Amino acid sequence: MTILVIAEHDNKVVAPATLNTVAAAAKIGGDIHVLVAGQGVGAVAEAAAKIAGVAKVLVADNAAYAHQLPENVAPLVAELGKGYSHILAAATSNGKNILPRVAAALDVDQISEIISVESADTFKRPIYAGNAIATVQSNAAVKVITVRATGFDPVAAEGGSAAVEAVAAAHDAGISSFVGEELAKSDRPELTAAKIVVSGGRGMQNGDNFKHLYALADKLGAAVGASRAAVDAGFVPNDMQVGQTGKIVAPQLYIAVGISGAIQHLAGMKDSKVIVAINKDEEAPIFQVADYGLVADLFEAIPELEKLV
Amino acid sequence: MKVLVAVKRVVDYNVKVRVKADNSGVDLANVKMSMNPFCEIAVEEAVRLKEKGVATEIVVVSVGPSTAQEQLRTALALGADRAILVENAEDLTSLAVAKLLKAVVDKEQPQLVILGKQAIDSDNNQTGQMLAALSGYGQGTFASKVEISGDSVAVTREVDGGAQTVSLKLPAIVTTDLRLNEPRYASLPNIMKAKKKPLEVLTPDALGVSTASTNKTIKVEAPAARSAGIKVKSVAELVEKLKNEAKVI
Repeated sequence: MTILVIAEHDNKVVAPATLNTVAAAAKIGGDIHVLVAGQGVGAVAEAAAKIAGVAKVLVADNAAYAHQLPENVAPLVAELGKGYSHILAAATSNGKNILPRVAAALDVDQISEIISVESADTFKRPIYAGNAIATVQSNAAVKVITVRATGFDPVAAEGGSAAVEAVAAAHDAGISSFVGEELAKSDRPELTAAKIVVSGGRGMQNGDNFKHLYALADKLGAAVGASRAAVDAGFVPNDMQVGQTGKIVAPQLYIAVGISGAIQHLAGMKDSKVIVAINKDEEAPIFQVADYGLVADLFEAIPELEKLV
Repeated sequence: MKVLVAVKRVVDYNVKVRVKADNSGVDLANVKMSMNPFCEIAVEEAVRLKEKGVATEIVVVSVGPSTAQEQLRTALALGADRAILVENAEDLTSLAVAKLLKAVVDKEQPQLVILGKQAIDSDNNQTGQMLAALSGYGQGTFASKVEISGDSVAVTREVDGGAQTVSLKLPAIVTTDLRLNEPRYASLPNIMKAKKKPLEVLTPDALGVSTASTNKTIKVEAPAARSAGIKVKSVAELVEKLKNEAKVI
């Protein structure tokens, strides 16, 4: 068995989710090859070759792959992937965008967002916003799978010494083009990789009040997240949203502030190790999953908490 | 231009589902069903394109049991012109649904196909991308803005770090994210009028599509329950517990 892992990267560095995906591949067992598709990705390929457990790095360096357009990258992955037993990618917005296109090109069903590997052909994944866990078996010749990063501990980024091999295949479908992007800037840790996450909900009342959470987060070295209510109300940008339709996090500590705890929000954070809820409504559903609950006005509790930690 | 919108009948998003005792699946008997929330957004976007004079006809399609006609009628009440049901009682995989939709796309030749980004039951997030692959069309997934100009569509997408805009040649596939729009409600007169709009029923056999699958669900379990937590009385007590008991700060 040989497994192809699609590297998640921005043409400069390997994203941490790649390490979790390699960890899932290691659980399946067999040789692990990593595909780095992009433009000017020499540094990414070098970094990928150092990932522990990787046997070979395939590099497809071409202008057509610069922005990971699925119309161009998916045919490449499908072509290379035919000889592999599994194709894995992280369940990031890129992975989710590209991999189903690969699966359809190979005429196989895909398994999305696995959280555990039971055997080489059997996997567990959450359905119904995490309210049920399905065990799914695949008899496809090539098993196409996206991996939920929080389900697997990352492998070491250093220690490997894989061979790097260039791939000549160039696919340019010519039906799509990149226009531009607008990335949110943040000095805090990345939400999906942070050890501590502090999230605010509708109870924050406005965007300005998030400064209290930022102050607490900076003291704790934490990332700041939000519920859909806070995003829809325009308090914070949507890439901060935690939940079924936003990001899935599983930090050591998750502090939910002014968040009621709707099913869709819980889907994004209920695998956190310790959950703290601060809410003035003691009936809020968030208290049913919180390890420590504090019924208090957040505008008093947060500044006090910031002082004490 | 003609717009095709795919909708799915799913358990209502407010329902807390229960796993069946025999672990064969989730208990859907006597549970409230609705249109998948992302599909509502897809229908709304198509209706807005028609109101702007961009779309001339909206065809709404669903793959599912005969009861999915309810969701198609809802879409008709919201402004779709006619409906197609590909009737199939069993649960199909995303690939099978994408193949059935591809057959409908071949038949209808729409310029734009709009789907939701994922269904809240299977949480797969696959069908739109698979349909795009099978049709050979460009895909604008997780769309928060859709602008059609001439023979192309500019789609602003929600990505992990923020937003990205891509331009796709028409015909193209778009899948909707939550912030694309705020879906409207169907008015009573429109619900009455929707009953008279055409609804065609097809079968996978009639479309010549095999729905065989390479995946099999072996069992469905409830997730591990979290052990009950405690309520603390003060911020000081909370900090003390986090430091000394949970040891997370």
